[in-house]
Amino acid sequence: MSFFDEPNLAKSKEILARYPRAKSAILPLAHLAQDQHGWLSPEAMEQIAELTGTTAADVFGTCSFYTMLKRRPCGKLVVSVCTNVTCLVTGGPEVLDHLEERYASESDVTVEEVECLAACDGAPALQVNYEFHERVSPDSAEDIVESYRSGARRARTVSGATVA
Amino acid sequence: MTDLSGVVETRIVTKRLRDRPGDSWTIDGALASGAYDVLRAVLAKADAADVQEQVKLSGLRGRGGAGFPTAQKWSFLPPDSFPRYLVVNADEGEPSTFKDRMLLERDPHQLLEGIVIASYAVQCNVAYVYIRGEFALGYERLTRAIEDARTKGFLGRNILGSGFDCDIVVHRGAGAYICGEETALLESLEGQQGMPRIRPPFPAIAGLYAKPTVVNNVETLATVPHIMQLGGAEYAKLGVNRSTGTRIFSVSGHVNQPGNYEVELGMTFRDLLYGLAGGVRDNRKIKFFIPGGASSQWLTGSDEHLDAPLDMDFVQQTFGVMLGSGAIMVFDETVDPVLVAWRLAKFFAHESCGKCTPCREGTGWIEKVLYRMSHGLGRPDDLDLLVDAGGNISPGLVNAPFVQTTICPLGPSAVSCIASLNKFFRDEVLERLRNDAGVHA
Ligand SMILES: Cc1cc2nc3c(=O)[nH]c(=O)nc-3n(C[C@H](O)[C@H](O)[C@H](O)COP(=O)(O)O)c2cc1C
Ligand code: SF4
Ligand code: FES
Repeated sequence: MSFFDEPNLAKSKEILARYPRAKSAILPLAHLAQDQHGWLSPEAMEQIAELTGTTAADVFGTCSFYTMLKRRPCGKLVVSVCTNVTCLVTGGPEVLDHLEERYASESDVTVEEVECLAACDGAPALQVNYEFHERVSPDSAEDIVESYRSGARRARTVSGATVA
Repeated sequence: MTDLSGVVETRIVTKRLRDRPGDSWTIDGALASGAYDVLRAVLAKADAADVQEQVKLSGLRGRGGAGFPTAQKWSFLPPDSFPRYLVVNADEGEPSTFKDRMLLERDPHQLLEGIVIASYAVQCNVAYVYIRGEFALGYERLTRAIEDARTKGFLGRNILGSGFDCDIVVHRGAGAYICGEETALLESLEGQQGMPRIRPPFPAIAGLYAKPTVVNNVETLATVPHIMQLGGAEYAKLGVNRSTGTRIFSVSGHVNQPGNYEVELGMTFRDLLYGLAGGVRDNRKIKFFIPGGASSQWLTGSDEHLDAPLDMDFVQQTFGVMLGSGAIMVFDETVDPVLVAWRLAKFFAHESCGKCTPCREGTGWIEKVLYRMSHGLGRPDDLDLLVDAGGNISPGLVNAPFVQTTICPLGPSAVSCIASLNKFFRDEVLERLRNDAGVHA
């Protein structure tokens, strides 16, 4: 049985064709698997191994190095809160604490602490499913997450949009 | 206080995205502001050697962190070895750096034009862009830009009828700072864990798939079309000494107007931080600032430091700091430098790839000691313990020159905060440690 669905199987062939060596496709295929399934399951890694002519151990070895690749089920919303130094001195840790507590028992939201998101001009910054939201406070951050939960996604931030 | 109202940016690489905030990233917006005109002229009139010559005359140095002369890097490719690759470093992960993200999200066509011209100069037909995994919007806009450019004939086979072929593959990272280091990046592109390679061989000789490879930063390549337009010698008139041209500085922290500012090199820190970034919130003083990204040593709010020019070699030789990735984090008097040092140490401990013992073990120990120091649990000799532990990663810690005993510069970078604490805040820290010990002994 194929892990990838029909359209993604077609996409995986396209991805493989980009590289002179199939092993290079491990990361893009892992992203694809995660887009489809929400996390990187053993079945996904098996199929990536098959497609790239490697072993499941090779795929696991590579993928385990990267923090974006989730090897356990996680929430539909991944909320990544930066606490690196610019965010540290502008309130990032307070945002993280608030969200961690608020969503501690809600399985659809995974809150994680991350390193600098290259949004320090909008510190403190976070991402919801990799969309940027800047200059957040504990309350506004919760509002943002709630808006995603209700399906009404907030406008995301574009780099430097806050400066002329 | 001196009047800084006349301080202005010099917008070259940021011109389009500032002039056309509504559509700079679209093919129409880019074409309406001259995108690909330089490419057309280069393909019609110049050969590879001409481009290399102009870039050499321009004095362009890499904007990714190390400041290595770009033309010289290109010249290391062995003349008769093909295929060869251009790899674009769009992994921007150095804490407090946010310029490449802006260039990707708001002017991807400028980058593409730079990539094609650079590929033409180094005679490569496939370029890989390694983009940070978290940059979803950047990826979306860059991918779209590539499709549009291909449709218009700026990419692909026989570009603009010149006979030159060039295509671009975008490869997403997946959350690992170390993959910004060029050899770790190549490992990651090859489907491995992102662990740096031992050099030699350098990537120019054996890089991606063991082929000759040039790795360049996004801003470096985005500058190339402007060099070709102005002419290398003209570009070199901008800037100061061996720091020619402009650079984008990402200014963050306690300034009133954080943001990216493109300025002519040679401007002073004061002009940048007060004249452009609006000075410090609530008229407070700068306690310290970190130029060059998290890897650099620190400077303080003293006149000596604020009046120094943004000149890569000057700040290195005079203060032992680097302009690095062009990031400046500003901290006012309310900030505890030990807390900042701890958070930086936590970052490096988390991001160490683990390949060399001094870095893998040392960054962890440094983080532990700085944690207790920043949380009121320090011991009297902790600062000296840090200096000693840091010296095991980077023997040049206290007395420059900096020595690297590890495979890549991440290990020594992790020690910069210790050197800075010891240099500028030793008395303050020792005083605190005495009090901590009083409570916890
Ligand atoms: C730990 C580490 C992280 C780095 N991260 C980046 C990065 O995110 N982006 C970048 O362009 N260069 C980064 N560099 C520098 C690259 O190794 C390389 O020097 C650079 O991409 C070369 O491009 P340039 O000559 O155009 O600057 C990093 C270096 C180290 C040691
Ligand atoms: S210095 Fe650190 S990050 Fe660099 S190769 Fe060694 S262990 Fe890895
Ligand atoms: S420090 Fe938080 S986005 Fe850079």
